[in-house]
Amino acid sequence: MIGIEHYLTVAAALFVIGIFGLFLNRKNIIILLMSIELMLLAVNINLVAFSSFLGDLAGQVFTLFVLTVAAAEAAIGLAILVCFFRNRGTIAVEDVNVMKG
Amino acid sequence: MSADLNIILPEILLSVFAMLALLVGVYTGKDRTAPALTWITAGVMALIGLWMALTGEGTNAAFGGMFLDDAFARFAKVTLLLSGAVVLVMGQEYMERRNILRFEYPVLVALSAVGMMMMVSAGDLIALYMGLELQSLALYVVASLRRDSVRSTEAGLKYFVLGALSSGLLLYGSSLVYGFAGTTLFSGIVAAAGEGQTALGLLFGIVFMLAGLAFKVSAVPFHMWTPDVYEGAPTPITAFFATAPKVAAMGLFARVMHDAFGGLVADWQQIVALLSVLSMFLGAIAAIGQTNIKRLMAYSSIAHMGYALIGLAAGTEQGVGAMLTYMAIYVTMNVGTFAFILSMQREGEPVTDISALNLYAKQDPARALAMLVLLFSLAGVPPMMGFFAKLGVWQAGIAADLVWLVALSAVASAIGAYYYLRIVFFMYFGQEGVQIDTARSPLLWGLLMGSAAVMVLGIVNLFGIDGIAQAAAASLVN
Repeated sequence: MIGIEHYLTVAAALFVIGIFGLFLNRKNIIILLMSIELMLLAVNINLVAFSSFLGDLAGQVFTLFVLTVAAAEAAIGLAILVCFFRNRGTIAVEDVNVMKG
Repeated sequence: MSADLNIILPEILLSVFAMLALLVGVYTGKDRTAPALTWITAGVMALIGLWMALTGEGTNAAFGGMFLDDAFARFAKVTLLLSGAVVLVMGQEYMERRNILRFEYPVLVALSAVGMMMMVSAGDLIALYMGLELQSLALYVVASLRRDSVRSTEAGLKYFVLGALSSGLLLYGSSLVYGFAGTTLFSGIVAAAGEGQTALGLLFGIVFMLAGLAFKVSAVPFHMWTPDVYEGAPTPITAFFATAPKVAAMGLFARVMHDAFGGLVADWQQIVALLSVLSMFLGAIAAIGQTNIKRLMAYSSIAHMGYALIGLAAGTEQGVGAMLTYMAIYVTMNVGTFAFILSMQREGEPVTDISALNLYAKQDPARALAMLVLLFSLAGVPPMMGFFAKLGVWQAGIAADLVWLVALSAVASAIGAYYYLRIVFFMYFGQEGVQIDTARSPLLWGLLMGSAAVMVLGIVNLFGIDGIAQAAAASLVN
C-alpha cells in the first residue's frame, strides 16, 4: 500500500537532487535551470500528495500557481542567460566570475 | 466582493497603472517616453503611498483572510512606496546620460512594488508566494537591465539562480507547513500550531521558510548574492535594491513569523538570533577590505539587516516596532548615501572607487559634511538618528532577555564603525590623488542634504515615526 510518506520521500529525494545539482554542477548554467525546475516540481508532488491526503483542495490550487510561476521564472532565467551569453560568449558555470563573491 | 476589491484598491491601481505604462511605452515606440514615464510612475507610487498613509484605518481582511490590510502593512507599504518613488527619480538622470533608461524600467519597478505590497499584506501561503515572485521576477530583470554589460548580466544571473533557489526553499517549507497544519491560511496555521505538541514536520517547514526568507533579506549565511548584485547592477538599481525590497522582505519576515508562527516564538527565536549575529559580524568584518563603495554598501546592508533582525528575534510587539523604525531610518540613510554615490564621477564616467574620495572635503565641503553625517549615522554614532534606530532594537532585545545578542551587536557595530569612518578619513585627511568631479544635479544634491538634515534634526523626536511604528506593530503582534 502506497501511503503519504512514500510521496513525501520521493519529493524530498527530488528536492535534494535539485539542490545538489545547483551546488555540485560546474559545467553548464542550463543544468542550474533544470535543477531549479526539479526543486519546484518536488514541491508540487508534496503539495498534491498533502492535498489528497487532507482532502483539501487548496494544495492543488497552490500547485497550479507554482506551475505558472515556474514557467515565468524559466522564461526570465533563459532571457537573462541569453544576454549573458551574448556578452561573455560562454555559459559555463565557472566563467560566471567577473565579480568575486 | 466589492468590499474586498476596495481593500486591495491601492494594489489594483498600481498594477493597472503599470500595464497602462507598458502599453504607452510600447505604442509610442522606443525609449523617448522613458524619462516622463519614470517621473509619472514615481508620482503615482508616492501618491498611492500618501493616500494610504492618510486614509488607511483599522484592520481589514479581504478574500477570506488571504489579504490583510492592517497598520503594520500600511507602515511598510508607505515606507517602500515613498522610498521607491524617490529612488526612481534619483536615478533617472544618471541612466539617461548613460543611455540605459528604457521605458521598461519604471514599469518593472512599479510591478515589483505591487509584489512588495502583496508580500507585506499576505495572509496566506499562496498570496505570500505570488507576491514574493512578482517582486523577485521583476528585480531579476532590472538587475540585468544593462544588457550590453558583462557585470550587469552576471549580476542578474547570480541573483536569478540564488533567488530561485531561495524561492524553492521557501516553497518546500510552505508545502510542509500546509501538510502539517492542514491549511494555507496564516490564521489557520497559527491555530493548528497552538494545539499541543508541535509536529516535527511543521518545525521543518518553519526552518525551510526561514532559510528562504533569510535569502530575501540577505542575512548570513544566505547573503552571497548581495555583494555581487550590488556591484554589478547599475548604481540607480543598486540604490533601489538597498531600499524598498529590503523593507518589504523584512515586513514579510515579521508577517510570517508573527501571523503564522506567533505561537512558536520559542522555536524560531534562536534561529533568528543566530542569523542576526552572523549577519552583523560578517557585514562588519567583510566590509573592511572593500575598495568599491557599492560593494561596501552591500556588506553594510547585510550588517544592518542583522541589527534589524534583533528586533524580530525579540519576538515581541516592542521588537517589531523597533524593527519597523529601524527600517524606515535605514532607508532614509540609504537614499542620501546613494544620492552621493550617484553623483560620483570623473569626466562623465561613474566612479565607485573609495580611494577617489581622497581629500574630497577640500573640493566640496558641503557634500563632504552631509556624507560625514550619513556615514556617522550608518555607523550608529550618537547623536545621529542611526544611533536611535540601534537603541530601539537594543531596548527591545534587552526587554526580551536577549542581553547576549545585544552585547554582541554592540561589539559588531564598534567593528563596523571602522569602515564608515575610514571613508570619512579619506575625505578629510586622505592623500593627494586623482580627484573626482561631482555631477551637478540639484536633485541629487537636495536628496543628499535632505537626508543628512533628517539624520540630525530627527534626534528631537524621530519625527514621531517610532510611535507610528509601535502602533503598527500592535496590529501585528497580539
